[in-house]
Amino acid sequence: MFTLRRLGESVPLDNVIATPLFAVNVFAPIEWFLNYVFGPGMDVLADLLGMPMLEYPYMQRAYLAALCIALIGPVVGTFLVHREMAMISDTLAHTAFAGVAVGLFLNSAFSLTLSPLLTAFVVAIVTALLVELLVEHAGAYSDTSLAIVLTGGFAVGSILITATDGGIAVGIDAYLFGSLATVSTESVGILVLMSVLVGTLVTLAYRPLLYVTFDATAARAARLNVRLYKRLMVVLTALVVVSAMQIMGVILVAAMLVVPVAAAAQVAESFKQSILLAILAAEFAAIAGVTLSFVYGIAAGGSIVVAAIAVYAVVLSSRKLGYRLPIVQRFSDRQSKHHRKELEVDGGKRE
Amino acid sequence: MTTATTERQQSGDPLISVDDVTFGYGEVPVLESVSIDIEPGSFLGLVGPNGSGKSTLLDLMLGLRRPDEGTVSLFGEPAHKFDAGERIGYVAQDATKAARDMPITVREVVEMGRYPRRLFGRFSAADRQAIEDALEQVGITDLASRRVGRLSGGQRQRVFIARALASEADLLALDEPTVGVDAESREEFYGLIHDLNATGLTVILIEHDIGVVTTHATDVACLNRQLFFDGDPEEFVETDALSQAYGKDQHILQHDHK
Repeated sequence: MFTLRRLGESVPLDNVIATPLFAVNVFAPIEWFLNYVFGPGMDVLADLLGMPMLEYPYMQRAYLAALCIALIGPVVGTFLVHREMAMISDTLAHTAFAGVAVGLFLNSAFSLTLSPLLTAFVVAIVTALLVELLVEHAGAYSDTSLAIVLTGGFAVGSILITATDGGIAVGIDAYLFGSLATVSTESVGILVLMSVLVGTLVTLAYRPLLYVTFDATAARAARLNVRLYKRLMVVLTALVVVSAMQIMGVILVAAMLVVPVAAAAQVAESFKQSILLAILAAEFAAIAGVTLSFVYGIAAGGSIVVAAIAVYAVVLSSRKLGYRLPIVQRFSDRQSKHHRKELEVDGGKRE
Repeated sequence: MTTATTERQQSGDPLISVDDVTFGYGEVPVLESVSIDIEPGSFLGLVGPNGSGKSTLLDLMLGLRRPDEGTVSLFGEPAHKFDAGERIGYVAQDATKAARDMPITVREVVEMGRYPRRLFGRFSAADRQAIEDALEQVGITDLASRRVGRLSGGQRQRVFIARALASEADLLALDEPTVGVDAESREEFYGLIHDLNATGLTVILIEHDIGVVTTHATDVACLNRQLFFDGDPEEFVETDALSQAYGKDQHILQHDHK
């Protein structure tokens, strides 16, 4: 009922950035979800916790956006980090900035109404595939070539912005450092859609992606289409980076693909567990970051990243301490012995 | 396993046939008119100095590269067109490097052996049974839930062998698998490979240690850009093929025997 009514109304969109991205109003369901599911849920939470900030619609949007970023960032990041190509997320973020600039420039030069976010998606995906093509020829990821693409993208972006007349520099800060105040229903909508898309693709292609991440040569010998899955990986990275860019900022967005993953890799036994733990770490950092950012009026992207690094530091130091403190050591020894006995009993058939 | 063995023995054609193959990276020649056949059920030890083209020849045999001249056939098909990936178990030279840092369990790695057969969708009972059998066969069942990076070098090698067994491969290709593994584990490892070969699995092994090759392999190929020897290990020891192949680059010989 609600869905139908909201869809029929086709609410006027106040944010010009995302409007032309989709011809059909795909955001209506998101808006419905925010108004009738997520919103009331947060209102209840606000009462329970005595935190009135949770009732403000723009904070609700910010939380939902951050939750989505903290989901798709680590999901894609886990594969990237373990293929030792974490830097590509940062590179793509910086070229996405060039994409935003291209959009703004084209709009101003030819009086178009392109969404800068759309041009950012296009530029980031094209760069991702180009980098992957270069790698296929060179055989390995090189820091140098990534650094060239990263700075090159950013340089083109800065030139285009200064070459564009009018006050377009206004919105640039929001892209560079991210912003919660500008989180529109549309940007939340894009993030929710991306979460569904990225989640579905990674779930479907989980096995080939894992094989290629772990042992690309053997995957090729086993006749997997390694190139296809490597390309899929960089395109997924581009999608995640661009959709998270508005909240996290170009400069910080890569952290969500790397820091929680690094924390999870310290403690996880299995790959699936490491994805799950990375998501948990990221969700914690996202909620803590958004809350701190509101309470103290500080940058959201930065707060989220600092919270994530704090999680990483705690995990790292507790592991290091665990090795030094004899009591903890004995405890973990006993645990692993117990664990082993358990395994032997059921013949190691536990999944 | 027995039915598979008889099937393998029945097929008289070579499992891999390399015919007058020449290959180079750009202008640098790596292999010159190499011809070699690998019979089903055999155990080929591939020896030669560093940079002699051993790994490249293996890549060509498995269809991962295409020769500049000549032809390679794999299971009777042109190697690069062959697509039954589950028949090949490959342990690359650097395979265990990633395994050291990545959070992944023994079972997760062994499951990859089933991926060529079931890249999407749920594992069947047969898939799960093959995984259990493979773990059992190399004696790592009790390590199944352990993180691969926290195992010893010898145990880690067994994980990769189990992956090949899980795919019920007909061909096991190993590129210097025991680099960084202690002597005792190496002995055990090659004992395992020897036993697997005895059940009918065809093995190609690239190995620095000539002693290992002459002890376990049924055939030896000695390579340094050209093929210097291809035949029986006992004959190989008697010929001067080794010193010929290594003699081209004397300091490598000295380095190897330090």
